[in-house]
Amino acid sequence: MSKHDTPMLDELEKGPWPSFVTDLKRQAETKPECWDILGQLELSYEDKITHWKHGGIVGIFGYGGGVVGRYSDVPDRFPGVEHFHTVRVNQPSSKYYSTKFLRGICDLWEKYGSGMTNMHGSTGDMVLLGTRTENLEPLFWDLTHDLNQDIGGSGSNLRTPSCCLGQSRCEFACYDTQEICHTLTNHYQDELHRPAFPYKYKFKFSGCANDCVAAIARSDLAVIGTWKDDIRIDQAAVKEYMAGNYPANAGAHAGRDWGAFDIQKEVIDLCPTGCMSMEGDELKVDNSECTRCMHCINVMPRAMRPGKEQGATICMGAKAPILEGAQFATMIIPFVKIEKENEYEAVINVIESVWDWWMEHGKNRERVGEAMQRIGLANFLSIIGVEPLPQHIQEPRSNAYIFWREEEVPGGFERDIVEFRKRHAA
Amino acid sequence: MGYDPNNPMEGRITDIGPRYYDEFLPPVIKANKGKWLYHEIPAPGILIHTSETGAKCYTVRVGAARLMSIEHIREMCDIADAHCEGYLRFTTRNNVEFMTDSEDSMKSLIEDLKSRGNKFPIGGTGACITNIVHTQGWVHCHTPATDASGPVKCVMDELFDYFGSMKLPAQLRVALACCLNMCGAVHASDIAILGIHRKPPMIDHGHITGVCELPLAIASCPLGAVKPAKVVVDGKEIKSVKVNAERCMYCGNCYTMCPAMPLADPDGDGIAILVGGKISNRISAPKFSKLVIPFLPNNPPRWPEVVEAIVNIVKVYAENANKYERLGEWAERIGWEKFFEKCNIPFTEKSIDDYRMAYETWHTTTQFKYTSATASYTD
Repeated sequence: MSKHDTPMLDELEKGPWPSFVTDLKRQAETKPECWDILGQLELSYEDKITHWKHGGIVGIFGYGGGVVGRYSDVPDRFPGVEHFHTVRVNQPSSKYYSTKFLRGICDLWEKYGSGMTNMHGSTGDMVLLGTRTENLEPLFWDLTHDLNQDIGGSGSNLRTPSCCLGQSRCEFACYDTQEICHTLTNHYQDELHRPAFPYKYKFKFSGCANDCVAAIARSDLAVIGTWKDDIRIDQAAVKEYMAGNYPANAGAHAGRDWGAFDIQKEVIDLCPTGCMSMEGDELKVDNSECTRCMHCINVMPRAMRPGKEQGATICMGAKAPILEGAQFATMIIPFVKIEKENEYEAVINVIESVWDWWMEHGKNRERVGEAMQRIGLANFLSIIGVEPLPQHIQEPRSNAYIFWREEEVPGGFERDIVEFRKRHAA
Repeated sequence: MGYDPNNPMEGRITDIGPRYYDEFLPPVIKANKGKWLYHEIPAPGILIHTSETGAKCYTVRVGAARLMSIEHIREMCDIADAHCEGYLRFTTRNNVEFMTDSEDSMKSLIEDLKSRGNKFPIGGTGACITNIVHTQGWVHCHTPATDASGPVKCVMDELFDYFGSMKLPAQLRVALACCLNMCGAVHASDIAILGIHRKPPMIDHGHITGVCELPLAIASCPLGAVKPAKVVVDGKEIKSVKVNAERCMYCGNCYTMCPAMPLADPDGDGIAILVGGKISNRISAPKFSKLVIPFLPNNPPRWPEVVEAIVNIVKVYAENANKYERLGEWAERIGWEKFFEKCNIPFTEKSIDDYRMAYETWHTTTQFKYTSATASYTD
């Protein structure tokens, strides 16, 4: 494995943003297979097409996911990337690390892999990029024995769950996203490692409706923090914002002169429900009208806080386009308490009510959101035992093509055409 | 003792999950978890969180290429060891956060980061363009229609000023997916850079037997464009498939199921731009990104057409949107017809939906705005 000419990639060493090409070259000094990563990528830049073969089934013995097989289609020119399998390593909740642990991962990957990673993959795993088949079992041995760490998911299984940073460093978080993410990841190790589903299934845990982990857009089960009582208001702090003593939105807009803070224009008028008003110098919220969108709290974090009775809303069925088009998750459970004390029983019951049905009736490669569309929201709610609510829909149907169950109609569906004709000539 | 290939089950450990996060929390985080009262962003890339105990956590956020070497990770570990008691974290958007409990350590941390060339740009907070989330592209994927790390680097180079400042009307999230499988889930981004194919798959009849379950390949097509076919290979009739090109929308789902149906192509492949998506429930509900530029060529190494198109949209948005208004909220307020006009983007039939539930996107009102697009009717 020697250095290749990479005139096109070299252009990507210019400019102010960190350069992955510079980084690859640095790594190639000790891991020469990186020269072949660069060489093959340069070839793709010339040819405007990938040079990776389709798939390849490799894995850890006893696991059905967590390793993605990858082979070069030009291995003779780039032997260093002939096998270039990916290992997904299940990230700790919120991606905090000790340097001791990270250095352990680096040493492991120096020994068994290319030295290149993604920090992190789209679903949340640490992605170790590029190793050979014969390295997989030794790597897994060292990962589990020396680093006390398991791999993540791939294929038709529970994908590695992920969460926002939650209460660890955010005042908005309405429950401990890290703890439930960790607990359920361990609770469902079998589902995570051994594909038994129609297709992939993702959990994501966001502490509030700002949804920093994109749960509502990217997960089959989105647990999004909320509250059910009143927004807490510190009227003295409201006055500080109005006086310009506290920066609006924590200073997020400080790079431009937007003029003095105007609570009417920036908070009250932008409230999607119009549930806020000033009475004298007091800010009032009609909490029964509030939809908990987070805007006022985001703008005045020192004055407004989520209520004290906190929990989560559960939405289901988000996915990227493949196959029937992208979907956001649909609101299913308006409010649930997130309780460590009973091992998240309420959330687990919701999860398993869906799995029981989906595993039996979902089609091959059909995400749960697509299965929901296929059978209809009303049927889905009935199957998982949730009473239909007006909160489940944006608006009622505008057609009258209603399915009635036979028992709902007096006399049922069977009728006598002969009797009918006695009264109504054909 | 390590792995013994002759005795692979001996001493095997499985199903242990990830390490417990609690081991990895910086001391100030661990001591104040659940007690945070508020935060401030005193400068781009700097966050100060204040706890009810009076403790403060100083965070410095830096950008990073998602494709990252262990040498780079080790360098970050050195920085965290020197200034942050040996802890750091990564964000969901591929940024890295260094945290400390004292302003002095934060200052020396910033000085250290700045001394290391362009490896650790500070920013990514507030009304900015933070790091681009993206997929693998030509670096590792078998189905991409474009590269990922390369276009991301080019776009971030041009938008760099917005990473280290907070002068936009609101945060602007850019994402790249190298095909419409969307491992990067770009379907809810302010600006989505999406690799697309434009040619139906080829059929490798010589290899299809043995590598494909034909019924799965046929069933994989959402538009029923893949049909069974009998073909002659080396004088022998075999079972294969054919593709109705008129029906194909180049989604690549058949290739996912059947390696003998490759569809990538140097001229066919390129990039579409979708805008106006968002994830947050803040003010308005989450929105999908909408297709405004159907195709731009793959032009490595610097993708100038893609970079120019994105910079243009960012600039027009920055000049026109109200404070707190996300790109999609702005486009909806002024009307999409105005969006196209203001951004000087030619409207084409490709932006008119013709997939499932397309009708919901058609305009069924007489309320519209006259723009240059209607000039032939009004002039």
